[in-house]
Amino acid sequence: MTPEPPLNVGLFATCLVDLFRPNVGFAAAKLLQAAGCKVYVPSQQTCCGQPAFNSGDLADSRALAEQVITVFEKFDYIVLPSGSCAGMMRRHYPELFADDPKWRERAQNFADRCYELTSFLTDICHYTAPKARYPHKVTYHDSCSGMRELGVKTQPRQLLQQVDGLQLSELRDTEACCGFGGTFCLKYPEISARIVNDKIEDIHSTEADTVLAGDLGCLMNIAGRLRRLNSPVKAYHVAEVLADLTADTPAIGQSSQEV
Amino acid sequence: MQIHSHEFKERAVTALHNSDLQRALAKAKGGFVDKRRAVIDILPEFQALRNRAREIKEHTLANLDFYLEQFEQQVQQQGGQVHWAENPQQARDIILKLCREANARSVTKGKSMISEEIALNEALEADGIEVVETDLGEYIIQLAKEPPSHIIAPAVHKTREQISDLFHEHHQKYGLTQRLTEVPDLVNEARQILREKYLQADVGITGANFLIAETGSTVIVTNEGNGDLTNCLPKVHIVTASLEKVVPTLEDASTILRLLGRSATGQEMTSYTTFTTGNKRDGDVSGPEQFHVVLVDNGRSKMLGNQFHDMLRCIRCGACMNHCPVYGSIGGHAYGWVYPGPMGSVLTPLMIGLDVAGDLPNACTMNGRCESVCPMSIPLSHLLRQHRIQQFERQLPDLRTRLGLRVWSFVAQRPRLYRFATGMAGRVLRLLGGRRGRVRSLPLTGSWTASRDFPTPQGESFIQQWQRSNPS
Repeated sequence: MTPEPPLNVGLFATCLVDLFRPNVGFAAAKLLQAAGCKVYVPSQQTCCGQPAFNSGDLADSRALAEQVITVFEKFDYIVLPSGSCAGMMRRHYPELFADDPKWRERAQNFADRCYELTSFLTDICHYTAPKARYPHKVTYHDSCSGMRELGVKTQPRQLLQQVDGLQLSELRDTEACCGFGGTFCLKYPEISARIVNDKIEDIHSTEADTVLAGDLGCLMNIAGRLRRLNSPVKAYHVAEVLADLTADTPAIGQSSQEV
Repeated sequence: MQIHSHEFKERAVTALHNSDLQRALAKAKGGFVDKRRAVIDILPEFQALRNRAREIKEHTLANLDFYLEQFEQQVQQQGGQVHWAENPQQARDIILKLCREANARSVTKGKSMISEEIALNEALEADGIEVVETDLGEYIIQLAKEPPSHIIAPAVHKTREQISDLFHEHHQKYGLTQRLTEVPDLVNEARQILREKYLQADVGITGANFLIAETGSTVIVTNEGNGDLTNCLPKVHIVTASLEKVVPTLEDASTILRLLGRSATGQEMTSYTTFTTGNKRDGDVSGPEQFHVVLVDNGRSKMLGNQFHDMLRCIRCGACMNHCPVYGSIGGHAYGWVYPGPMGSVLTPLMIGLDVAGDLPNACTMNGRCESVCPMSIPLSHLLRQHRIQQFERQLPDLRTRLGLRVWSFVAQRPRLYRFATGMAGRVLRLLGGRRGRVRSLPLTGSWTASRDFPTPQGESFIQQWQRSNPS
């Protein structure tokens, strides 16, 4: 069902997608357009401010939040192919301005219109029939922020069910963190490596040949470890599969020869 | 208890390489998580209970002075005494004095984290008193001369083989020379030794899971019944408890008890839930002649109403650490003081200082699983972030971290500069990655590439490509 008139959606690609994985940005735009939205990608976007926020730097978190709000508030909705960045905007922007009469309402109004991509497609656009083919056994890693801050759990699965040839084999522990944690993985690399090892053990036990997730941070962590272990398992962002943009695109951290 | 929290990083790495520890942790983790889930899945009112428990604690904390005074009056009415200790030193002095007055030569103890917090055992032993931990886990680590590594399963880091060795080494003096390897045999041997200790003890010291204001009762939960033998056989019973353990009524305690066992061990109720009220009365078959409660503050009253207030709802179930990927990887000793895991990472800096325990609030991926299982709905991630805010304000993170953040923030707040900088970074990374799409090592990112390849950018940035194909 296409909403009338089309919703104006500001796509916040996230800093990681922008720099490392443009394909996810294009996949998100394609899905949003297929769901009947008009997609805008403001070039003033940088980062949602999470690194500052989780480092206790409130002044810079607020400055970045103000920048994002100013650029994006004119759209009906703000959509992000990331649970953690969407969680930052939806849950934490209002918190940042809780004591600021000038920004409080503005931040809350903005936050209420920010969505993670798969939940926006299903919950707001009621778009549940992507046209895509991916004849593989896949498993799905739920990013912690998306799952716990935004309740993203069934939405990506609902969409994946419609992908031609795709078979979903769930992880034993679908609630486990992958060990990325933003700056955590750089500050405590050995602990992070141990946690991602557990994740990969779980991925291998599903016998899937592909792991999907909705957050590029988790995916770069998981893919980086998979590649180091020379695992045959590929890693894609869920949007790439849903938008059918995998055929000519190497998996994360892989070369065109390895497609 | 000695503080090692400043050595967190080193201790964590050591823990990751300790194969016995890793084996013990792997075994424990599944057990706690699966058992909890099974028992909560069949409790439809779990969320309602959680809400109610939170209300009870918040009401109590808002009227803490009233309920503590009511508790004290009730204890006195039952013939007992309440002692107020502002800090660990005062608490130790009070307990030592009580032990001396009782001419105590031997003390049995039930499990108590407050006792760890105030470093009681060392103080008693320095006074020439024999101290015997009677909780099996605590007994094991007492033999090993180690602190607990988990708040409800203190010896969870020990394998059966290690316990077998410890018993073999320490029980020979009792004439028990056979090396035992099976769990029931090990338990029976410990029981046999502890029975004698219970009967010899002059003073019994236990903790408290709840203090009940309306009756002056103290409540402990155990699975071994050791608490009961500790509190009713010796002539003197001393309870060590922190202020926030008080609840108004028996019914309130019952409500929270329904959450405690389930969240901790996946039990609907622990095997024993013991209510102790006052000392032995005429006609009682057993019970102590003296009953004392030592109430310890140790910084808690300062938390009332400040940004860490929510932490005062904690009931010490351990669910947060059981579900923490960091705790599950390194165990409790790496945290370097009494309380490990997420709740410990909030509490420890408040008790021993953020400058000493600065790593603890940072060693967290912010995955939020801890708070999702917390029966008292404590926003642990948020509280850990409060520590990080203070660290940032006090400029505690190292210069490199602060500088990196500063540069990144500066660039991120200037979109055109940001486009330029990420454009350059993208080109360099693509050159390095070549056609492989990843690199094995990079300058300045050794922490990432030590164990992971680094995926390199696919091509030009998304924004650049989008602008080219969608000129506005």
